[in-house]
Amino acid sequence: MNTTFEPQITAFTCRYCGGVPADMAGSRHLAYPPNIKIIALPCTGKVDAQYLLSAFEQGADGVCIFACDPDNCHHISGSKRAAKRVAFVQSLLQQIGFEPERLEIFHMGLGQAEEFVCIIENMTARIRELGPNPLR
Amino acid sequence: MIIGEQKPVEEIKNMLGDAQRILVLGCGTCVAVCMAGGEKEAALLATALRMATKLDGQEKEIRDYTVQRQCEFEYNENAAELIEWADLIVSIACGIGVQTVNEQFPAKRTVPGLNTTFLGRPDTQGIWVERCQACGNCVLDLTGGVCPIARCAKSLLNGPCGGSQNGKCEVNAETDCAWQLIFDRLSALGMVDLLMENQPPKDWSTSRDGGLRKIVREDMQL
Repeated sequence: MNTTFEPQITAFTCRYCGGVPADMAGSRHLAYPPNIKIIALPCTGKVDAQYLLSAFEQGADGVCIFACDPDNCHHISGSKRAAKRVAFVQSLLQQIGFEPERLEIFHMGLGQAEEFVCIIENMTARIRELGPNPLR
Repeated sequence: MIIGEQKPVEEIKNMLGDAQRILVLGCGTCVAVCMAGGEKEAALLATALRMATKLDGQEKEIRDYTVQRQCEFEYNENAAELIEWADLIVSIACGIGVQTVNEQFPAKRTVPGLNTTFLGRPDTQGIWVERCQACGNCVLDLTGGVCPIARCAKSLLNGPCGGSQNGKCEVNAETDCAWQLIFDRLSALGMVDLLMENQPPKDWSTSRDGGLRKIVREDMQL
């Protein structure tokens, strides 16, 4: 494990169940690793496969999506679309020679601030273990 | 429409060879509809190839561009400057597009990033199904709009084989027996008597079996 490496993780969130936990964590002063950059979208259904792949091409060590529960998406099927695209890009990453575990989607409920913090901590630890983006 | 499926990234990467400047050329018509070779797919493939080649220590300059329809010279002219820049073109059009670019720009090598699979239509989102084999002599008027050439595993012309069971084909239990479909459709149309007329053995000379085909419309020629 590279102890000097600090992962840079790009996180796409929606403005509902995906993004509100992040806001809540902030407003409740829950500390979480500073390794993530959050990109808020109206819905995770907006996340195109290109966004995910480009994030890696531009140097992200890990990418994650915080989305609504598939059966409770504010825009009906946005988080289901996002999940399908994540699976597709994971397979593409494998073909390219990247570890597919660098990319993951997490389905959240509105009030899950603590879970959000826990996920960020675990994701940061996972990426730290995997090491920097192989393209860097 | 023509349906195709992108080749694995590894297979395409192995075609790149020593080329340093690569153009991924998409097509905005059939292959865009089947989400295999359109503008989005061209951009995604270019990104994937840049990443894959850089990981191999063979960083290359890879750009992407998409024309409206790669099977026509006049549309490909819009890509001429980029084609001139490139050492190699990876076309993700159907095989017709790949060949057209090769014919139109013979000084450049154009390789296929797609496997052209069949003629068909979208079924539900994300699923495309085969419907036609371009046999050159359409008999859909006699079969209630269900093609026995494309949809029957044996391309039978006078009813099902003995393997048809519960409306399914013996070749694949998920495939509907075309002749069951034909019978059901003609029955619904009140035209099942059409099946009493024996069809003679098919003249395959109008199909691919007769050699490379060409159509000339003298009234359309200038």
